[in-house]
Amino acid sequence: MSRLLLFIPLLLFFVLAAFLWKGLSIDPRELPSALLDKPFPEFSLSPLREPEQIVTTKDFIGQPVLVNVWATWCPSCRQEHEQLLAISQSGEIPIIGLNYKDERELALNWLQQLGNPYQFNIYDVDGMLGLDLGVYGAPETYLLDAQGIIRYRHVGVLTAQAWQDLKVIIKGWDSVKN
Amino acid sequence: MLKIKVLIGFILLLSSFLLSAAIDVYQFDDPEKEGRFQKLAFELRCPKCQNQNIADSNAEIAKDLRTKIQQMLIADKSDMEIVDYMVERYGDFVLYEPRVKPQTYLLWYGPALFLVLGLIIIILIIRSRNKTYQQINENESSLSDSESEALHALLKTNQEKK
Repeated sequence: MSRLLLFIPLLLFFVLAAFLWKGLSIDPRELPSALLDKPFPEFSLSPLREPEQIVTTKDFIGQPVLVNVWATWCPSCRQEHEQLLAISQSGEIPIIGLNYKDERELALNWLQQLGNPYQFNIYDVDGMLGLDLGVYGAPETYLLDAQGIIRYRHVGVLTAQAWQDLKVIIKGWDSVKN
Repeated sequence: MLKIKVLIGFILLLSSFLLSAAIDVYQFDDPEKEGRFQKLAFELRCPKCQNQNIADSNAEIAKDLRTKIQQMLIADKSDMEIVDYMVERYGDFVLYEPRVKPQTYLLWYGPALFLVLGLIIIILIIRSRNKTYQQINENESSLSDSESEALHALLKTNQEKK
């Protein structure tokens, strides 16, 4: 018995090693969204193209959508732009842009030059909707279900792999419906 | 020696300017609110640059959060309301001092638990040692009369030999 007790330190070492090993593969910058499974925050802002109009959550609730937070000052946003264009061309899910702390002029130029993957853009110049969403940097992408509930948050460049992960979730909803 | 002291003093002075630089632009008419602002900005963690509080950080989001705290203080919100507002959006992550709740019990009470465990283990070890010593003592005195006589005799003969 007492001989077995001598193995306790070794056992503790393995437990500690397992935790540290797991820690290696965790990205500390990826925070869980505090809004996961909660409704998209209410807002009332103007669209990027029409400064005199107003958009609210009512303008996209009713179908699953992606909300993509972007800005012209954000180099990673340029990097993911191709992927966004591909998604919008595939027609699998509409993308709503949230233009975050940007200048209207620059943002419109960007869309003209690089192509526009967005159904429309919410123009959040002072970043207050971003704050309500818990955005801490661009780009970020949120997946909303048809009820406007946030189901997934992707921080950073939306890679092809990240899009595959999103597609799995969306397909899951479709199969429930059918 | 004096030179070094002056130099150290000067460096400290410089660093104090740097520390207050990020936070000084926020004006309050009430010094009590300014104190609370400083306290909140030091207690909340910047979501972007993870090892800085929002008072120290120059990230855009930290600036936004400082502005938000200022606005909420001016609107007479309590510290509790402001912290709740931040946690609702950024999660428990923004708190440098985690809240006491079931998920954090181990974090809060773990040290006390380990202390008690350690004490129990020490007491057990001391007890088991005492027991073995007692047994040894008992064994010594548990010689029968004839046995102790034989022992004395043996010791005696041994001494005489010398």
